[in-house]
Amino acid sequence: MDYINIFIKSIFVDNMIFAFFLGMCSYLAVSKTVKTSAGLGIAVTFVLLITVPINYLLNKYFLAEGALAWISPSLADVDLSFLSLIMFIAVIAAIVQMVEMIVEKFSPALYNSLGIFLPLIAVNCAVMSGSLFMQERGYANIGEASVFALGSGIGWFLAIVAIAAIREKLRYSHIPPALRGVGITFIITGLMGLAFMSFMGFKL
Amino acid sequence: MKNFDLIKLPFSKENPILVQVLGVCSCLAVTAQLKPAVVMALSVTVVVVLANVIVSLLRNTIPPRIRIIVQLVVVSTLVVLVDQVLKAYVYDVSKQLSVFVGLIITNCIVMGRLEAFAMVQKPWASFLDGLGNGIGYSVILIALGFVRELFGSGTLWGYPVMEKLGLYNIGYENNGLMIMPPMALILVGLIIWWHRSKNKDLCE
Repeated sequence: MDYINIFIKSIFVDNMIFAFFLGMCSYLAVSKTVKTSAGLGIAVTFVLLITVPINYLLNKYFLAEGALAWISPSLADVDLSFLSLIMFIAVIAAIVQMVEMIVEKFSPALYNSLGIFLPLIAVNCAVMSGSLFMQERGYANIGEASVFALGSGIGWFLAIVAIAAIREKLRYSHIPPALRGVGITFIITGLMGLAFMSFMGFKL
Repeated sequence: MKNFDLIKLPFSKENPILVQVLGVCSCLAVTAQLKPAVVMALSVTVVVVLANVIVSLLRNTIPPRIRIIVQLVVVSTLVVLVDQVLKAYVYDVSKQLSVFVGLIITNCIVMGRLEAFAMVQKPWASFLDGLGNGIGYSVILIALGFVRELFGSGTLWGYPVMEKLGLYNIGYENNGLMIMPPMALILVGLIIWWHRSKNKDLCE
């Protein structure tokens, strides 16, 4: 039951875009057509799903306070958590590079459809914050961390596809010239965020 | 005169948030109150200035193929330092900012300035460029923090302005919407609207 709760919560209540504004840069830059934004959404979900569990293990067995106790009891009071930022970003950058090479080797079709988005994901704040939230909220086991990663990815995917669909329609509307493009996208995202706030306190 | 432009342009015509639309995530999430907004603005300015100077000094020794990783290492080292300083001196604000200090690493302003400017320019020019962009970012952050705290909770830096003015006695109510996440997006949208109608050449 806990898994379903974390899953639903990370998609709707704690939606990366509407509740925390994470990954806004690529969200604004890539959301011009539904097709490319769906590609980016899938890539982000995929990378989140790999990096969060790896960083979970890293945090649990190396970085958190007392995590090194499994090597020898004398290390039980070592706290390396100040290193977590630099370790997380290193893992993310390495994994993104690896995923890129693996996908290119085994599935050229998928590689071509994701194209330039894959390398850009290393500097997407949604991915980094997936690991940071995982650390801050202290999920009980690797299963919960993976479910959280999957939910956040799907939430991000939904948000970017929804705004891309709206922007495709917006092209035919009369908007004041100064508001066209970025301005109106901000305001619409705000309105969508208001709608998503109705999920607050939602529990299964 | 050219050096002065490096500071002046990012202030308005090339503002990182309003025009380049970079670093939006953190700008929206930390501005519900003035104090965290100011702390965040200072942290980002420090990081972008120092990262610009360091990368500019190293620019001739960084192989192009691995430049992203080198930049990430420089930035994340600086962010770890900033994080530790904040934890030591302003612990309560550091708790409020939570993951957003760590997310300075993936802040697009920092990466964007490194890629576009510091990799090809001399250290002194990079220093000024970093400073200009830091200030351009800070101005928006502080303006948002000011408006949202004043109208959302009726205080400024924790000081109960509205109560001292006696506005509650004549029926004034705080606008709770202001401190909610979606309102930040709508406010930025409105600022962009105002900014572009002043600078017609920026319209799309």
